[in-house]
Amino acid sequence: MSKNDHLLEYSIPQLLRWRVKETPKRPALREKDFGIWNAYTWEDYYDHVRKTALGLKAVGLKKEDTIAIISDNIPELLFVAIGAHSIGAISAGIYQTSMPAEIAQILQYLKVKAVFCDNQEQVDKVLDVRDQIPNVRKVIFEDPRGMREYMSDDWFIDIQDLYKMGEKEHARDPDLFESLVDQGKPDDPCHLCLTSGTTGLPKGTIMTHKNYINMGVQITEVDPLEPTDEYVSFLPFAWIGEQMNSFGVAMATGITINFPESVETAMSDLKEIGPHFMFGAPRIYETIRSEIWLKIDQSYWLNKLLYNYFIKVGIKAAGFNMTGKPMPLGLKIKSWLGTQMIIRPLINQIGLMRLRRAYTGGAALGPELFTFYQAIGVNLKQIYGQTEITGIAYMHRDGDVRPETVGKPLPGTECKIADDGEILSKSASVSPGYYDLPEKSAEALEGGWLHSGDAGFIDDNGHLVVIDRLSDVMHNNREEMFSPMFLENALKFSPYIKEAVIYGDKEDFVACLINIDPIVVGKWAEDRGISFTTYMDLSSKPEVAELMMEQVLDVNSRAEKEHFKIKRFALLYKLLDVDDGELTKTGKIRRKFVQERYQNLYEALYDESINTKEVEASFQYQDGQSNIVKTSIAFYTVKGAK
Amino acid sequence: MAHLNISNVTLSFGGLKALSNVDMKIEPGLITSIIGPNGAGKTSMLNCVSGFYHPTKGDIFYKEKKLTHASPHQVSNMGISRAFQNLELFSGLSVLDNLLLARHQNLKYSFLHAVFFYGKASRIEAENRGFVEGIIDFMELEPYRKSLVGNLSYGVQKKVEVARALTLAPDILLLDEPMAGMNQEEKEDIVRFVMDIQKERGITVVLVEHDLGVVMDISDKIYVLDFGEVIGSGTPEEVAQNPKVIEAYIGEE
Repeated sequence: MSKNDHLLEYSIPQLLRWRVKETPKRPALREKDFGIWNAYTWEDYYDHVRKTALGLKAVGLKKEDTIAIISDNIPELLFVAIGAHSIGAISAGIYQTSMPAEIAQILQYLKVKAVFCDNQEQVDKVLDVRDQIPNVRKVIFEDPRGMREYMSDDWFIDIQDLYKMGEKEHARDPDLFESLVDQGKPDDPCHLCLTSGTTGLPKGTIMTHKNYINMGVQITEVDPLEPTDEYVSFLPFAWIGEQMNSFGVAMATGITINFPESVETAMSDLKEIGPHFMFGAPRIYETIRSEIWLKIDQSYWLNKLLYNYFIKVGIKAAGFNMTGKPMPLGLKIKSWLGTQMIIRPLINQIGLMRLRRAYTGGAALGPELFTFYQAIGVNLKQIYGQTEITGIAYMHRDGDVRPETVGKPLPGTECKIADDGEILSKSASVSPGYYDLPEKSAEALEGGWLHSGDAGFIDDNGHLVVIDRLSDVMHNNREEMFSPMFLENALKFSPYIKEAVIYGDKEDFVACLINIDPIVVGKWAEDRGISFTTYMDLSSKPEVAELMMEQVLDVNSRAEKEHFKIKRFALLYKLLDVDDGELTKTGKIRRKFVQERYQNLYEALYDESINTKEVEASFQYQDGQSNIVKTSIAFYTVKGAK
Repeated sequence: MAHLNISNVTLSFGGLKALSNVDMKIEPGLITSIIGPNGAGKTSMLNCVSGFYHPTKGDIFYKEKKLTHASPHQVSNMGISRAFQNLELFSGLSVLDNLLLARHQNLKYSFLHAVFFYGKASRIEAENRGFVEGIIDFMELEPYRKSLVGNLSYGVQKKVEVARALTLAPDILLLDEPMAGMNQEEKEDIVRFVMDIQKERGITVVLVEHDLGVVMDISDKIYVLDFGEVIGSGTPEEVAQNPKVIEAYIGEE
């Protein structure tokens, strides 16, 4: 029993009310608008939630109705979500990058009654499919820009008007809101979170108030946060990772959530805020690492010299820090010196100086990246969990960061490995099931355990090790097992490689398609006077292929088993992209789809007589237009691999 | 009553007539486009309105005020501002500074106030910054606020150029080929901004543009110039069917 367990008795709106009583004047939310950070205190937060809640009630949203949210991260999104929770309605997040057809499908499946959009871009998508979504009675928007012509249609409502309706309701019956909030119970469903959809249409996972609050309480049990701590909200709200922080952690601890000015400014706003903790998918950490790498590369000789020396010291020191072993005095002094001279100024440039802990989740991160971040003094730790268990169930502990594992269970989480190697978990954060999919729910929650679909084991230190998706593990035609994700991560640690797709299931050897990193390889080419135009052009340069050959040879030299070695590869002419359906919204490869789409390349990879092949590359742009370009693609055989 | 009344304007350089007897009426709140082949006199027309050239003959009235012989800063003070085809920005200054600088005529405080930066000076500076931030928000330039203009891509610089014209809070905005040299995506972006400038901010837009698709899509009225003469005018549909215009653009059959 911890000091925060009493929080589990509340629903999210009730907990918000409790926070208002505790610290009414402390900033709860902050948003950069017109170049200035504006704060909402807990009191303001609650006022806005009340206005929104009663406004939603006035436009006809009832208990157990669903409201979908398609929006960039802005405070209004939380007002709408928690406003809906206050009247017993259920919120659901949809990714801002979703296409209209996908939005229609989701709105139909979740039987959505109202939609909140941040701007005209999202409103237009909903408008596009209006005839397919007769259940949607209202579309609420935040930014009135470009909406003038829609205003005659009472399907739309400006959030300011919704606030006014809420105010009017409140004036009419001042006790109404409080009594509605009182009716909420911790085990009521409050949000529908879409799973990432690696295998088909996403499922709507039902989340309860308690799921989120328990998650927030348990994680801060291990890694405490102060109410004065700052968090920058830049993950998509539709992803469980953002809800964990805005519903779970923020409510459980009273930290301040900061909203960037726009998606494009998130990184510079991060620098201005200097958050104390941060959460992100591996991609974010890969990008920041590349950024540091570029910054140093462009710096003058003394900086480079110091960095190159002290990063080695840092990596050595990280080895001790991560395992909690005491450091020799000499190394301690050198590491302190390096931190003061070069590391601190460097991470201050990126805004990570105040960071106490950074978490990565959603997919695996290369082990070398952990060491790198620990070396620059960023306490990066792996967390692991599914949407169905509110995103997190396992986590590294400070001083016990083992890159090859995902750490130990959170307090209150039980872990079991099934006979077939599947990871099973149980906790108060496990979702009651999927929306309107009783069979799938029963399957996932069979025997009262959450079935992760991932294969794993518990190592000698009590850490959980995740191998790969059960369904993704591959066997070559000699029945030797390997994990494609593991090899892809090994490749992706090279700064020159953005993405890789490993093949080799029921084949003689392992082969892969590689996406070069346009920024890093672009800079590399520039430095060598290699001229190029587009990504496609850069990828087809023989010099770049040589560079990639070095990277693959390096990965092969570290391969633990002979059959892990990559024998053939090709450089893909375009970046794998969410818009083309090749990646999920959280950046995971949709393996089956990618294999089908690049079937001709796959065949050529396994036909060793082919050195080049003519292909038609099709592109889809964000606005839905597509284009076809003819190009030739080269295939390379790696020496020394069987 | 037309906002801007151009009557019988002729502009000659020695023996060359860049414009001859041009009549145009720019109605308030609309997007009026001026199109025509290269060298037809489109930019010369804008130069006459904005005071860079003065017509050899004829008159230009803005709300009944005559600006035929007004200088560029007088025209700008009247509420007509212009974004140039070839960028005219300070490439060594940040986006924010470029925009703030354009508001210099609104900085009405004394030297002493400026030295100590108290009272009026700090208030006026804050007001100006607030106004400029509104434009930055409107043109979606937040990520570039503190970047040097010279380091930005051409497409973004064009947006800054339009933003700078907007910081003067004009009644009429003259846009000289805002989409030249842009890719499809950047063009679509600028079109949206031009339409928002008209609809959201209620500014009258005069657009000189080569991309006929864009012009036909967004204009309320079009004037077609050829060899310095107006050869057709009207709504996009009318202009598209005008035989003289077709001849000027695709030649005689």
